[in-house]
Amino acid sequence: MGKAINNIRSTVVPLNIENVDTDQIIPARFLKATSREGFGKNLFRDWRFNNDDENQPKNDFVLNDATYSGKILVAAKNFGCGSSREHAAWAIKDAGFDVVVSSFFADIFKNNSLNNFLLPVQVSEGFLQKIFDAVTKHPGTEIEVNLEQQTIRILSTKDQEDFDINNYKKTCLLNGYDDIDYLLSIKNDIEQYEMQRN
Amino acid sequence: MSESRQKENFQNAPLGDGGINGGKTLFDKIWEKHVVSQIAGGPSVLYIDKHFIHEVTSPQAFNGLNKRGIKVFRPHQTVATADHNVPTLNQHLPIREELSRKQVEALKQNCAEHGVELYGLGHPFQGIVHVIGPELGITQPGITIVCGDSHTSTHGAFGAVAFGIGTSEVEMVLATQCLLQTKPKLMRINVEGELQKGVVSKDIILYIISLISASGATGYFVEYAGSAIRSLSMEARMTICNMSIEMGARGGMIAPDETTFNYIKGRKFAPQGEEWDQKLSEWKALYSDGDAQFDKEIFVTAADIEPMITYGTNPGMGVGVTGHVPELSEIDEKEKASFEKSISYMGLKPGINMKGRKVDYVFIGSCTNSRIEDLRMVAGFVKGKKKASDVQVWIVPGSKQVEKQAIEEGIDKIFEEAGFQLRQPGCSACLGMNEDKIPAGKYCISTSNRNFEGRQGPNARTFLASPLTAAAAAITGEVTDVRELLEN
Ligand code: SF4
Repeated sequence: MGKAINNIRSTVVPLNIENVDTDQIIPARFLKATSREGFGKNLFRDWRFNNDDENQPKNDFVLNDATYSGKILVAAKNFGCGSSREHAAWAIKDAGFDVVVSSFFADIFKNNSLNNFLLPVQVSEGFLQKIFDAVTKHPGTEIEVNLEQQTIRILSTKDQEDFDINNYKKTCLLNGYDDIDYLLSIKNDIEQYEMQRN
Repeated sequence: MSESRQKENFQNAPLGDGGINGGKTLFDKIWEKHVVSQIAGGPSVLYIDKHFIHEVTSPQAFNGLNKRGIKVFRPHQTVATADHNVPTLNQHLPIREELSRKQVEALKQNCAEHGVELYGLGHPFQGIVHVIGPELGITQPGITIVCGDSHTSTHGAFGAVAFGIGTSEVEMVLATQCLLQTKPKLMRINVEGELQKGVVSKDIILYIISLISASGATGYFVEYAGSAIRSLSMEARMTICNMSIEMGARGGMIAPDETTFNYIKGRKFAPQGEEWDQKLSEWKALYSDGDAQFDKEIFVTAADIEPMITYGTNPGMGVGVTGHVPELSEIDEKEKASFEKSISYMGLKPGINMKGRKVDYVFIGSCTNSRIEDLRMVAGFVKGKKKASDVQVWIVPGSKQVEKQAIEEGIDKIFEEAGFQLRQPGCSACLGMNEDKIPAGKYCISTSNRNFEGRQGPNARTFLASPLTAAAAAITGEVTDVRELLEN
């Protein structure tokens, strides 16, 4: 189902807010669909519009600011905390992002992202600040994320940092494998486990 | 991608002995028993004993199964209910809101097609998923439990490994009864001593979160221990484990003891007869060994805890009820912008006292505090009192069984006389997915678990507190120190 990802080079959307919870990413009232598609249009809904009205955009919110665009969302510490709703990862992916960068991610959000080929890249506080600084100065700043090498690089300043990802997940993302395919492939082992414990 | 090729892509590692030089934690003991296999350099394949599902995070998972043309692998290990977007008035009528109705109908159809037991609207067992699991005796010590909902940590109160998952993971459990999981780090939080009068378990957990922050336990699984925890009832323990996620933890758990066993005994799906005796002896071995190692340990003195209240937009932004919103000078330089954004959303100013803040709504409900003990606690306090005239009070029981019990005990009458509205079971104003929303700009003192921006409705403002503190505010119309209203 997933689309393999490896090298992503893009301008970024900087969201310099801490503790962005999944209720902000996608408010609960938009969770009523029964399919996975179409959540992107309600991404950060209540930060993007006044009075829940698409004709009243909040112009100072970064997603409404034409200066910034790209496939990489950069956010401050503790991104994705709160509810386990996978809709948050779907909304971000659906809005055109392939990578989220932060100095700290909530656990469930991280898992949900990986399961949707949205790459969470955890960087140091210092590196995160460098990205925000570079992008504030030059909104056209490009970032390159190389999954194979596990590196993230600010092209204009040549600052670079390594990031962690477990080998299993890396292989999955590089090749477009799903956890569920893997689990289905070991069903015999699972049945054997069930027999042994009974 | 063919399934057989998938398996060949990864190698297994031998199953390890997770105990560090002998001493094992409660978590280790349960985790190890559930590891089916271990991928080298990757996650464990973890077997899931019980799986709860609800209408909001399951439809896409069933769609996934249908697309693959497969059925639920072990349908009797999954239980479904409708809770997140159900109305809390006139539940006998069709759901008016079209999208909510469709989700509830999809759940019904999916459960029927796949042979999953559903306690839907109108069923005597219907209710919030984390309330019905324990009250039906499905939640038991030593098992693994997951649900597409972050507050699955609630079930850890019984000494189970219980945690919330996303929808892709719901699909995995439906398809294989397993998940790929990396073992988390372990933290123990010890609460010792006796609580002050008017301080209850909700205050303990709000206090802990205010100490370590909304991300203080990210990456960890938490065990709560200590004499103050041991002396709590099961329902009070559930309140604590429930909010583990609000400090970032994957889950929280408490070693089972006599209190646990007495609570489970005789419940609908509890083991019986010989099976009970056998289970009981297994359960009694579930505790952290004396020499077990934790990655982090925290100590809290129960007597230091006041009735708590939050002032901001994450659950870590809490103070004792006699405290104040921090001054700007008390806030870390890097966190100033977030702090200011938060309190401006709340319509508060740095340095002001929390006591005396006006409230417009009182919500007593949610998987944190909607069990019969919570309702009894509130009823015991408000008996003979009346709510403040300009406050709306909603009491939303956690389940049909709680509702029935409340009526049998005459608690409904006490609420009626106090001017409180007793509604029907569901998540309700905890997340405002149904009609129960707090209007923009209004203040709600709420026994739920999240005070995020817009959580209870667009631009609604939430103060999180215990059922007692919420009840006190219902009577006075403002944030109140409940200790001043308690009789000696
Ligand atoms: S009551 Fe609130 S927190 Fe609990 S399951 Fe429902 S929505 Fe989630």
